[in-house]
Amino acid sequence: MSEQAAISKQRIIVVGNGMVGHQFIDSLLSSEQHNLFEIVTFSEEPRVAYDRMHLTDFFKTRSAEPLAMTTLEKYQSQGVSVHLEDKVVAIDTVAKTVTSAKGESLAYDKLVLATGSYPFVPPIEGNDRSNCFVYRTIEDLEMITAAAEGGAKIGAVVGGGLLGLEAAKAIKDLGLEAHVVEFAPRLMAVQVDEGGGALLKDKIADLGVGVHLSKATSRIVEGDSCVHRMEFADGEALETDLVIFSAGIRPQDELARSSGLEIGERGGIKINNQCQTSDKDVYAIGECALWNGRIFGLVAPGYTMAKVAASHIGDGEQTLTFAGADMSTKLKLMGVDVASIGDAQGVTPDAKIYTYFNQPDEVYKKIVVSADNKRLLGAVMVGDAEDYGTLLQYMLNDITLPEFPEALILPHHNDDSQTGLGVAALPESAQICSCYDISKGNIRAAIDAGGCCSVGDIKAHTQAGTGCGGCVPLLTNLVNHELEELGLKVNRDICEHFHYTRQELYHLVRVEQIKSFEQLLEKHGNGHGCEVCKPAAANILASCWNDYVLDDQHIGLQDTNDIYLGNMQKDGTYSVVPRIAGGEITPDKLIVLGQVAKEYGLYTKITGGQRVDLFGAQLHQLPPIWKTLVEAGFETGHAYGKSLRTVKSCVGSTWCRFGVDDSVGLAIELENRYKGLRAPHKIKFGVSGCTRECAEAQSKDIGVIATENGWNLYVCGNGGMKPRHGDLFATDLDKDTLIQTIDRLLMFYIRTADRLQRTSVWMDNLEGGLDYLQQVILNDSLELGADLEAEMQLNIDNYQCEWATTLNDPDKLKRFNHFINSDANDDNIAFVEEREQIRPTFENEKAESNNLIAKAS
Amino acid sequence: MNWTKVCKLEDIAPNTGVCALVKGEQVAIFRQASTDQLFAIGNYDPAGKANVLSRGLMAQIGDVTSIASPLYKHHFCLQTGVCQEDNSLSVPVFEVRLSNNNVELAA
Repeated sequence: MSEQAAISKQRIIVVGNGMVGHQFIDSLLSSEQHNLFEIVTFSEEPRVAYDRMHLTDFFKTRSAEPLAMTTLEKYQSQGVSVHLEDKVVAIDTVAKTVTSAKGESLAYDKLVLATGSYPFVPPIEGNDRSNCFVYRTIEDLEMITAAAEGGAKIGAVVGGGLLGLEAAKAIKDLGLEAHVVEFAPRLMAVQVDEGGGALLKDKIADLGVGVHLSKATSRIVEGDSCVHRMEFADGEALETDLVIFSAGIRPQDELARSSGLEIGERGGIKINNQCQTSDKDVYAIGECALWNGRIFGLVAPGYTMAKVAASHIGDGEQTLTFAGADMSTKLKLMGVDVASIGDAQGVTPDAKIYTYFNQPDEVYKKIVVSADNKRLLGAVMVGDAEDYGTLLQYMLNDITLPEFPEALILPHHNDDSQTGLGVAALPESAQICSCYDISKGNIRAAIDAGGCCSVGDIKAHTQAGTGCGGCVPLLTNLVNHELEELGLKVNRDICEHFHYTRQELYHLVRVEQIKSFEQLLEKHGNGHGCEVCKPAAANILASCWNDYVLDDQHIGLQDTNDIYLGNMQKDGTYSVVPRIAGGEITPDKLIVLGQVAKEYGLYTKITGGQRVDLFGAQLHQLPPIWKTLVEAGFETGHAYGKSLRTVKSCVGSTWCRFGVDDSVGLAIELENRYKGLRAPHKIKFGVSGCTRECAEAQSKDIGVIATENGWNLYVCGNGGMKPRHGDLFATDLDKDTLIQTIDRLLMFYIRTADRLQRTSVWMDNLEGGLDYLQQVILNDSLELGADLEAEMQLNIDNYQCEWATTLNDPDKLKRFNHFINSDANDDNIAFVEEREQIRPTFENEKAESNNLIAKAS
Repeated sequence: MNWTKVCKLEDIAPNTGVCALVKGEQVAIFRQASTDQLFAIGNYDPAGKANVLSRGLMAQIGDVTSIASPLYKHHFCLQTGVCQEDNSLSVPVFEVRLSNNNVELAA
């Protein structure tokens, strides 16, 4: 018997499988001692942990899947037993057992309570009427959606805090008239002060949401024009069809209370610095826990508690302790930036306050500093939260303020008024990303030891900046600073022949109307060029002017595949990939493909992009193969280019019982629109006819999914080595707007990306990220929209099937002979048979040479 | 020395290569248009193990003009035939000239 098996495992029961409960399990599983534990978790919800922070995103997709943090299958494979829709109702802390609502009784060695919180519903008459909801679970959102679809026209949210405003936005997005009713005299009363609150109110009201402040709802009764009538203490009233209560949270401590654990006077399970409750074998973490008289209603402190508890249980030593948490936040509410740091209200004795209010631009900023003017205590920002990262670091690390602290919030009109905090001043322990608790030291380590050399690398390697994204500007500064420190002068020159980045070269080509590499080299470069700058220039020229790539002035620039309009394989033969737009093909055309493959003895395989790949064509066979294909109505598939590959589609509403729209029709239209477009890297699209997403559009550069109201657009997804889920970019677009948006987005990518940079990496490195991109593309903030569309139109107008052009030019066809001076073929190419098709020989087989099969020529 | 005519100059597109069969040997011939130079090396890529070098990209690195193999981008110096990434690999180098607009190989 092995030593491992001799020790019986300790059973850890986790009550509640929300974000924090899941984080605990994750932390324990990734500890070195994970083999010593058997983990069991209970959840009263019907699904495993999901991202409640992004709950509102549910309305965009109407699907719970994107929010999932794990899956039942994954838990099972990790050996975690999951009891869904079952609630622990009793704990016997003496016998160390729990009992569930379904009657399960289980013994534990350690018990972890991660029961979270429940929404507070004010005890007013009528709060239990129909169409009165709370805003916490996916089921709540499903009920709200059903009510909206059931004819509700007006919705009101009770509570003007962060979650209340999110709920109001959701109501508005569902097409209802939205109202927010707040008891306090301002919105987000905890996080912002009077000045910030006033501006926030104006901004929210401008967006068409009714804001009702200093209103105490006294009862909800039958309405006259609507389902309900909300009556306020001041005698006024509001008619509404649905009500959402979002008036704060209360710790879910009922189970702990009835089990005799110590509870705070105003609720919450009391814990010590190791997150242990009054019973040393019972822990409490997250929003149900009360530490030092405080409840932490944010996810980051909950995560910290989860890690502390996991390390305490895992190591049995006090390696980590919980020491409270900073409650600073930065968020975007209905497009309005709001941030709050530390002592936002300025309640510290003798604190001094500086404010900046810009009415025309609707910006409010305030900082609260210590009496000696040396330390930052707090801040509030509304309308512009750019400075959040810098200010937060000042406060968290007790960094001495500059002589005139007001400079920190005044606009930087001149370059010399540099007030940003130098990242060099930050201590090693400074937390850069609060979502994933990544410190400056972690990032330095990732650069020194992990070989990261860009913000994108850091994001992939450490997860920093991939949560709320608020730290990305600071992260970018830090990464650049560290790289420079290392003496890795960030040389972004494309190669030794051009002291420019790809983006700069693109601009030069476009602005100066440069049409050839020779011109470009003469005006802006030196030497003769290399395998880096030549294909890059060819690609830029093609993106700008879309000329024939095998023209004499371009041919010497083309890379391996472009230069023979085929994909070279390991033995020097090529694959042939005709375009099959949207994956739709007639039987006659399919037969032609079969006939060609048979005639030339080509290995045949279906690709992931819904087309057919024919392998093993020798150079001299390419022209006759393509002649047959072109005559049968095929076009080149551009599989050899850094260009649009395929638009994958599901069968859509035409045939599918569940289809919402014609995905195949749209896919064909998009593929024909963008075929031949050359870009910094290959581009793939997907179009799904409903949210079941059979075309896997969210893993594509451009993904389109049909909804009841139009098309949802996802961008910058990727499969491959580093999969990236596409970002939801715009919702419910009509077809014309969808195409206009894609036109702009693709051209902006072509303009600004680095050489060979996929859209996913481009997005991860784009300063400002998704928000910025939406501003540029959807709101035309740079006023580039018309230019980008015109540039795309030029590409479309100049489209040609490169094979059709080549077949019409006898001089070009000469190049497709293996020898310029002989009709012989390359005698080094040889195949063997495998599964009834050809494959290239291995080296040892060539030596034996008896199994080789002759190839049709 | 005997010179064998291979093709006309215009049979080689500017800054590209062709492959010639000379006395049973595959020879890759390149035309650098900016300097009106011709180069000739063996066509077999010893790294990629295929007859493909004539289809590579002409690349200047420092002062060295080389050919980047289309398979795995190994650079072979057009003057010496030595592989830049792996000194133990090299390809033969041939003499080539332009005579009356004919491309000729020493053979």
